[in-house]
This record gives sequence, C-alpha cells and structure tokens, in this order.
Amino acid sequence: MTKLLEVNNLSISFTQYVQGLNRHDSKVITDLTIDVNENEIVAVLGSSGSGKSLLAHSILGILPYNSHVTGEIKYKGEVLTQELKEKLRGKEICLIPQSVNFLDPLMKVSQQAIGECEDDKEREEKKIRQREVFSKYGLDESVDDLYPFELSGGMARKVLLSTALLGDPNLLIADEPTPGLDKQSVEETISDIKNLKEQDKGVLLITHEINVALKTADRIAVFYSGHVIEINTAENFKDADNVLHPYTKALINSLPRNGFKLTEGVQPLDDVIGCPYYENCPVRMDKCEKNKPKLINHNGVMIRCFNYEEVNDES
Amino acid sequence: MNLEANNISFSYTKKKPILKDISLSLKNNEIIGLIGDSGSGKSTLCKILSGHISNYSGEVTIDNQKIPDKNFYPVQLIFQHPEKTMNPKWKMEKVLSESWTPTQELKDTFGLKDTWLTRWPNELSGGELQRFSILRALNPKTKFIIADEISTMLDAVTQVQIWEALINHCKANNIGILAVSHDEELLEVICDEIIHFNKINNI
Repeated sequence: MTKLLEVNNLSISFTQYVQGLNRHDSKVITDLTIDVNENEIVAVLGSSGSGKSLLAHSILGILPYNSHVTGEIKYKGEVLTQELKEKLRGKEICLIPQSVNFLDPLMKVSQQAIGECEDDKEREEKKIRQREVFSKYGLDESVDDLYPFELSGGMARKVLLSTALLGDPNLLIADEPTPGLDKQSVEETISDIKNLKEQDKGVLLITHEINVALKTADRIAVFYSGHVIEINTAENFKDADNVLHPYTKALINSLPRNGFKLTEGVQPLDDVIGCPYYENCPVRMDKCEKNKPKLINHNGVMIRCFNYEEVNDES
Repeated sequence: MNLEANNISFSYTKKKPILKDISLSLKNNEIIGLIGDSGSGKSTLCKILSGHISNYSGEVTIDNQKIPDKNFYPVQLIFQHPEKTMNPKWKMEKVLSESWTPTQELKDTFGLKDTWLTRWPNELSGGELQRFSILRALNPKTKFIIADEISTMLDAVTQVQIWEALINHCKANNIGILAVSHDEELLEVICDEIIHFNKINNI
C-alpha cells in the first residue's frame, strides 16, 4: 500500500490586527499528524470551528495570506510545495468545499461544474459527463441554467459534489459534503465516496457527522480544539467502550441512538498550555493542566492522553 | 395557544409552485418534527411561519387571530447558519442585546461564557454562535420557535447541550417548537410527533 497523503506535525496560525497596529497570533491547528493510503478513506471528525477545513485548505494551498504554516505535507512521498499544489489541484487532488459560498454567484451552475476547457470538443464531452453526474444526483436539466442563489442548500451541495467528481481525482478531499442533504442524497454521496476507494483512490473526509464517518471510513481521526486526540478504526467507534479518549467516548454517547447523553463543557477558544480537554475531562490528572500530552501509539491506536502514556511507560 | 397555518401556497417563480395548500398546527406545549427532502421547501415554510416572507397565499394565525406585523413577532426563526444572521461588525454583546437581556441564569444554562461577549462573530465557532442565536430568539414575548436545522452543523456533544437547554426552557415557559431536520434519529428523540413534509405539501 502506498501512502497517498502524509501530513506531519502541521500547525497553522493566523496573524490578525486587533487594534491599530497591534497584531495577534491565533493558533488554530496544533501539531496535526495524519496519513491517507491508497484504497482508504480516512475521516477527520471534529466540531465546527475546530479547524478542520483549514487542513483541507492547506493541502490545496488556498489559505489566506495572513496564515502561517509549519510542518510538512507529502503527496505520494513528495513534499507538496505551493507550486506543486497548484499543479495538482483540480486534477489529481480535488476538493469538495464546505460552504456553498464557494460557488460563483454570477455563473450558471453547469458552467461552473464543467470548468475550463481547451476547445469545443472537450467542452462537449465534459457537458455530457456533467449531465450524467447531475442526473445521478437528481438535478434535472432545468437546474443547468440556474444561478447559485436559485438553488436550495442541498442542491448547491450536490452541485459542489458533482464539480469535484467531474475532475476524476486520485485524492479527494471532501469537506463536509453531507450536511443539509436528505437521506437518499447522503446515501448517494456515501456510495460515491466508497466507489472512489474501490478504484484504489484515497479520500480524506472531513465531517462532524459521526454517522457518515462510520458508514464510509476505514479510520477516523478525532479533532478537538485544533489537536488530533485519537485515530482509531471505524469498527472501534461503534462502541464507546472501544475508544480511548474521554472526549471520543462522550461523542459516541451523545448520539441520539446511544441515549442522547449530555456532556457539559465547551472547547477552549485559544490554544492552551496543557491538554485541550483538561477543563471538561472526567479523568484528568494534575499534570494535564500544564503539560500537553503527545500523540502516541497505544496498541495500534493513536492517542493523545496521559492516561495511556503511563500504561505504556509501565509495560 | 395554537399556531396554525391554513392552506399556505407559495412560489418563487411563476412556472413552479413550491408550496401548495399546506396546513399545519402547533400547540405551545409540544415539539413537532418536520422532515423532508432537500429543496422541497421546508425552509420556505419556516420563513412564512415566522413572518420573513409575506407575499404568500393562505393564512398564519395564533389562536385564530392574524399575527400583527408590528412590534415583536411571537414566532421566531432560528437558522442553520448562525454566522449569516449576525452583523459581523457588532460584538456579541450587542448582537445578543438587540433582542433582550437574558438573565445570568439563562446564560449559564446555555453555556454562554462572559468572555465570549466581547468577541466579534468571526472569532467564535458555529456551536458558540448558535447558542447566541437561540438565546436571542428566546425573548419573553416569543411564543413559538421554528428551529430550521439548528444543530446540523454542530458536533454530537454540542447538539445534545443545545437541545437540552432549548427544550427545558421551552417546556418551562410554554413555548412550542417546530424542529426541522433531516436527522430522523434526532427527531425521534426530541419530538412528540414527526410530520413528513411530502405528505402535507400537495404538489
């Protein structure tokens, strides 16, 4: 199995002007490590505002100018430079953007899906393919000539999805492809993502919907306040007893079908010195407040928690 | 108290009507779930019920009375994307107090931290902003809440927190909720009754 995508110790921060000429650095992603193999779907699961989309944007090199990135991103073993990112994106690496605001408001949706063409022949071929993909998602011919503001939220999302799939990518980065879609379209999206995997391609699925992650992914990485706190197999996510981190357990128990259990507490706004889950953790220790645990391998599961580090030390 | 929609019809373009003869009734002590396909017009119906769209045919009443469009509108809509409903150039304190000043106790129930009040909307996450937009809608004059996919963008833990707080408050103050979502599992847990949109829309 070849590693399609490797992200090592990625950190992203933003410089903002707060008042006058005072600048403030806010760190949004800290020490993120994740990899995607060929023929594999890896889901990144985290709440909104935890910085998941920035991971996608940094892989494609579309972060805003005031961002500061450290760490390393590799595609097929080669370090992704800005130049290489620009060459690969839209062809080998495709993105399904999260927000429907990514559509051009002044362009008919079918034209956006087709994109740039060199000549009329290519345009015709792409037009046929665009029609196929659109009708697969239940967008009939009247939709082709609509502008984005005339679409409903779900329809716009289907357009974004079709646009990415038209590119025939090797690595698909799907940034929240499913919220706001009805059940049937979610199933359709899931099966499309799985199809890509069958064709030996890799998918990085960024989502906050645990159900979608469970149904599609091989491995799931849990994101909390800019940190990856656990990477476990999707199989283990079916039961709160099989996952390690207390936040992951809370997440699984809070699903409607698992009892809708209430867990108090919100994510810290800024980067903290200690463990990001310290404030809300039921099994916290004194050292968690001032020291940040590292992401370690505990019996094949990647986990960021001192409780498991100790077990490792003893054994 | 009873919120009623009678024979609502609406179309954005002349060619294609989107809502036809929809009737719906919601009591102020119940939570009704509304489920349906994307693009079928659920959000349009929500906007009509909460007075954001006025050129529809049919009528929306509370206890058989037409709702006056002056003063505070007793049916409040909470949207899916809180960041789109707030003035980006207002700090959160102003955003919240535009509607009313909630008690400290209520702020605590919704997990609203004081440090958030001095931030701009773009400095908070979706879950945090959604707490503000819910609390903002819970003005004492509010009798009905239309919750249009309010937890779709949130993680499961935040989803529980927000619904717990909202439902507890509404039960205690006799506020009815219409909860729109695609998540049938969620609606089964929180609602007294689930309505399928396709069945009430006569298109």
